[in-house]
Amino acid sequence: MDAVTSAPARIILICSGKGGVGKTTLTANLGIALARQGASTIVLDADFGLRNLDLLLGLENRIVFTAQEVLAGSCRLEQALVKHKQEPKLALLPAGNPRMLEWLTPDDMKKIVGLLAERADYVLIDCPAGIEEGFRNAAAAAREAIVITTPEVSAVRDADRVIGLLNIQGVKPVQLVLNRVRPRMMANQEMLAVDDVTDILALPLLGLVLEDEQVIVSTNRGEPLTLNGAASPAAQAYQNIARRLQGEDVALIDPSKERQGLRATIKRIITKKLF
Amino acid sequence: MSLLEFLQRMIGRQAPSATLAKQRLQLVLAHDRSDLNPELLEQMRREILEVVQRYVEIDLEEVDVSLETEDRVTALVANLPIRSAKPVRRPEPSQVPPAPAAAAEEAMPEATEPSPTMEALQRAAASLPPSEENASSSGDGDSVTASQPWG
Repeated sequence: MDAVTSAPARIILICSGKGGVGKTTLTANLGIALARQGASTIVLDADFGLRNLDLLLGLENRIVFTAQEVLAGSCRLEQALVKHKQEPKLALLPAGNPRMLEWLTPDDMKKIVGLLAERADYVLIDCPAGIEEGFRNAAAAAREAIVITTPEVSAVRDADRVIGLLNIQGVKPVQLVLNRVRPRMMANQEMLAVDDVTDILALPLLGLVLEDEQVIVSTNRGEPLTLNGAASPAAQAYQNIARRLQGEDVALIDPSKERQGLRATIKRIITKKLF
Repeated sequence: MSLLEFLQRMIGRQAPSATLAKQRLQLVLAHDRSDLNPELLEQMRREILEVVQRYVEIDLEEVDVSLETEDRVTALVANLPIRSAKPVRRPEPSQVPPAPAAAAEEAMPEATEPSPTMEALQRAAASLPPSEENASSSGDGDSVTASQPWG
């Protein structure tokens, strides 16, 4: 990895509570985007039970050692870190064997993350779903967090539980990414509005990611959308999230201005408050 | 009400689901965050009514005790419309609940100026855990609202 930087590393937990809302996709894309913007970044797969970050980054065949060997002292950290070929400022520390869950403690996680923080500007921790042991271990090592959710009742409810636990653990700031937004459904009021979700969860919005088929294509290939600077809506959203994390002021997209069909326009007119 | 809601009401169709989603979420999160199950809430409701009824006559049809949540703060909101402003009867000394340990922890501005004509909002505390019991009763207002935020 690059030489030790002067500023302390940002250690960011990426979590959601509910599974399948886009934690790992966000971690992979954000990691690549930050690296492309010049920040040395390490992504840590803390989902030891169901690891997938290696797969989304296309690094699954290059894993030799994992966090497990690093903790056991049977390899050096540098040996376990998998550097991304096209984006050398990004490295992955793969998750170990699922049996790690039996003995891993919050202190182990702190130790690993502490080592990573010495070597990077950003450490992104891909958190497992749920609010049990795995989540608690990962959260113990984090300084700040990004909660990702989708505009669905189950995902928002689970995000709320996670936010409560993060508050207790003293992780802050906690910011929100709203994923898989469908502008047309929102315009038709058949999907929770962005404001509804931010009001309910009372978190600042770090980014909005529109539903985008290209996400699936990119995971098929093991090439995150941000890798090639693709212009698809989700790629743009991930890049913007990275820029906002770096302190840049980037305007959020307005879903109501996206792809407005006639139906949505009519709906907007007839749903206007009359009295 | 919007034109759409009006039309939907006319033809008996359901409102857009996003509104329903928000309402359902707010309700379920208020319960999640407070860790109160419906039975406990019902028990608390009964006991609150019992206490208030010792002092005033309440319109039982209109009573509403519920959890509301805003900005991650959950509050128990009890709306108890009072039928007769004057106390029904003085409580027996034996029935008098133990004097409140302290006045409500936070001074609630709404409670400062009860007037017979305006709706006096009286906030009696019901903080968790239940052992820290605070209570105070309203003057001759028309309604009693109890509210205590918790995190």
